[in-house]
Amino acid sequence: MRIHLNVNGTDHGVEVEPRYSLVDTLREGCGLTGSHVGCEHGVCGACTVLVDEQPVRACLMFAVQADGKRIRTVEGLDDNGAFNALQQAFHEHHALQCGFCTPGMLMLATWIVERGAPVSDDELREFMASNLCRCTGYRNILRAVRAVLDRTEDGA
Amino acid sequence: MTMIGESVLRLEDGPLLTGTGRFAGDQNFDGQLHMRVVRSPVAHGRIRAIDTDAAAAAPGVFAVWTGADVADVPPINLRPGSAMQDLEKCRQHVLAQRFVRYVGEPMAVVFADDAYRAEDAAELIWADIEALPPVVELMDPPAAFSPGVSTEPAVFVKGYGDIEEAFTGAAHIVECEFSVGRHAGVPLETRGALAFWNDSADRLEFHAAAKIPHTNRIALADLLGLELDRLHLFEGHVGGGFGVRGEIYPDEVLVNLAAMRYRRPVKWIEDRMEHLTAANHSREQTHRIRAATGADGLILAIDDEFWFNQGAYARTHGATVPVVSATMLPGPYKIPAYRATGHIRLTNITPAGTYRGPGRYETTFVREQLMDRIAAALDLDPLAVRRTNLIGPDEMPYARPFDIGGKPIFYDSGDYPKSLARFLDHVGYDALQADMDARRAAGEMAGAAVICFVELGGDGPFDDVRVEMAGDGSVEVITGVASVGQGVETVIAQICAETLGIDYAGITVTHGQTDRIARGQGARASRVTVMTGNATHKAATKVRAKLLEKAAELLQAPTESLDIVDGVIGVSDTIGEGPSLTVAAAAAEILRTRDAPCIAVEETFENDRATYSFGAQLAAVTVDPLTAGVTIERFAVAYDIGRAVNPMLVEGQLVGGAVQGIGGALFEEFLYDENGQPLSVTFADYLMPTAAEVPDIECLVLEESPSTTNPLALKSGGDPGVTGAGAAVAAAIGAAIGRPGAITRLPVTPLRLREILRTG
Ligand code: FES
Ligand code: FES
Repeated sequence: MRIHLNVNGTDHGVEVEPRYSLVDTLREGCGLTGSHVGCEHGVCGACTVLVDEQPVRACLMFAVQADGKRIRTVEGLDDNGAFNALQQAFHEHHALQCGFCTPGMLMLATWIVERGAPVSDDELREFMASNLCRCTGYRNILRAVRAVLDRTEDGA
Repeated sequence: MTMIGESVLRLEDGPLLTGTGRFAGDQNFDGQLHMRVVRSPVAHGRIRAIDTDAAAAAPGVFAVWTGADVADVPPINLRPGSAMQDLEKCRQHVLAQRFVRYVGEPMAVVFADDAYRAEDAAELIWADIEALPPVVELMDPPAAFSPGVSTEPAVFVKGYGDIEEAFTGAAHIVECEFSVGRHAGVPLETRGALAFWNDSADRLEFHAAAKIPHTNRIALADLLGLELDRLHLFEGHVGGGFGVRGEIYPDEVLVNLAAMRYRRPVKWIEDRMEHLTAANHSREQTHRIRAATGADGLILAIDDEFWFNQGAYARTHGATVPVVSATMLPGPYKIPAYRATGHIRLTNITPAGTYRGPGRYETTFVREQLMDRIAAALDLDPLAVRRTNLIGPDEMPYARPFDIGGKPIFYDSGDYPKSLARFLDHVGYDALQADMDARRAAGEMAGAAVICFVELGGDGPFDDVRVEMAGDGSVEVITGVASVGQGVETVIAQICAETLGIDYAGITVTHGQTDRIARGQGARASRVTVMTGNATHKAATKVRAKLLEKAAELLQAPTESLDIVDGVIGVSDTIGEGPSLTVAAAAAEILRTRDAPCIAVEETFENDRATYSFGAQLAAVTVDPLTAGVTIERFAVAYDIGRAVNPMLVEGQLVGGAVQGIGGALFEEFLYDENGQPLSVTFADYLMPTAAEVPDIECLVLEESPSTTNPLALKSGGDPGVTGAGAAVAAAIGAAIGRPGAITRLPVTPLRLREILRTG
């Protein structure tokens, strides 16, 4: 069947079987391979994307469930070809090593930052704990997101 | 220009932050087939028949293979250098031949035009297997494992000194048993392979290679019966290595074989369950260890007998883990007499290989728990026992009278007592212990402990590097190492930049492409920065000499008076004022009269000695007396790296490693039931730490003891974060419950800790 996904502001009409997961469809059907598959059962968070601004594990959502919805992936984060604030913070704080978890981490962090609500250190840890990283030991990821939150809170 | 020692930002981040990386799953070739592996559902059995008819007739299926289709392919060899002859007969075939020996063993493969359809067809394959009794327990007495092979194919001894005499004359003898569970690297990206027959070049190409492309190229060509120049390996982005990824597994061989037979691209991406049951496991070993000591806690001898669970087959690493375990167990302490007897055992579970800090994570736990037991038995302070036994600075370099793979154990430099003292000071150890004492006195189970270790890395034997400078001054460094996410491109560019006096950002580092450089040793054993770094330095030094020579001619100044700063060549101290020219101009001038696109210098760095460095780790924990859950309050790592090329990246390695080690200390374990059925097959049962379970890891990177084995004085930094982490957590729990040395097995799950608390 044919569905329509609005990904990062661009419309994609894709042919799917009802059983196709959203992440497979984004990767194979839309050619956007930035969202990764680490476990296919909702634990690692590597596949995290925003669906109508909510973080979603794209391996646990069928593509047909996302028909007509607005989806944001890591490919849509950049700021006119340059890193956006979160990407820049990840770069500066060495918040990635192999980079496989990074797209999911960035999308989760995007949601945290864009909520606009104050976030304590404990809450931040709790939020980010929903995604696994096997390389960084999390310290620098938390520092990077904190740096952006601090700036947003100061500027707000 | 000083670049070595600067925490510059990584060159590799761009594509990874924008979603344009090229991981295995991200790459595709037109007309590719997708492979799905059908794996054994039983731990041990005789294959009576495998019915593939329904699968072969399923939509989209191109071919189905069973063992008979690959009977001519030899079993996968042990890697040169890892060989132990007795293990040769335990090698694994790429598809099971008549018997299956662990749950997850490949016994058939399906090739279809789409990954979903390949998986659908795989479900239709029915194997008639006569179940046989499996061997599951490591400590069962030796028995028959397979025709002509015992469950104990090899036993070896490493040691020196007079053990018997030491034990006879000892004031105290402390005996204990410790074990480490089955862990693995579990990178976040599962394994994958993509092979492609390149018709125009008439060669097979294996994309998505990792870790040791050149070594694997030779081994694969041999297995496939291809001449070496008709096979090339290409590394893309790699989602974490940690020892486990990039080995030659049956799956990779099958993908390449199919691409070769069908002259079509073939792709395989495993799912997480496959990864957890089929990729190498590591760590599992049990030690029965005894120490002879004087009344002051000085160790006179250690006698250790240990059993290593190899699983069902000897894989590429052969005896590496048990041999490193036997040789690195003594760690930073003077042990006048020592004997380790290692038993390699086969069982009907997933085969084992290496995992970050192989042999060191395990034996650091065993040795440091032994130190705590000695302290407890002699009523001494655990830290005092460690200090009493540390090798002194006046004893450096320190040789142990045995070797590891033919190379002597030779601690090249270090001042262990001083490094330890700096660490204690840094973490405020005395105040922390006073605080813990007070909390325990008030009834809380809280405790802190420091453990010590020696790390091994920078393993030779060689690395080649070619440095090329084009007429516009741009530089490419080509090397046979690989990236597993550790920051290779940045550190190699830094070393090259410092040598040439140019900006690191203009340097491209090409790695993992076997068609760009003939030899390479890949990324293993924490060796990249030491080996490739020094080779790069050698090659870049020659390029620099050529540039200065040409500049001397053009500037009419003696070569010795010239220097390069920020890409400009001029007379030292007056660059920017006096006459000068750019590196690009000098390069263009050199190339003007030559028929070559670039100045190219190839150099080899050889090293027959590894680097050895000292580290210490601190953990502070609380134990919940009701649930026996452990909370880590503080965790700190001190490591003397000799010289840090990029301190930020060194810290990144230490922190990431420490968290993996904490995972192994508290959560991670592959469990099996009595039938050899794996119980840890998803991320819901193989538990890795999340941000919620670990504190902010503190680091103290020391540069006190430059290595004497290489000109840049570098030591390794890939593994030390993990090496001491199990030991530190265990020692801290022992302190918290007031029973140093009480932890006998990692991971310390609440169930196990409750048992220890109950029997206290
Ligand atoms: S791939 Fe979706 S949570 Fe792991
Ligand atoms: S950077 Fe490798 S998994 Fe997070």
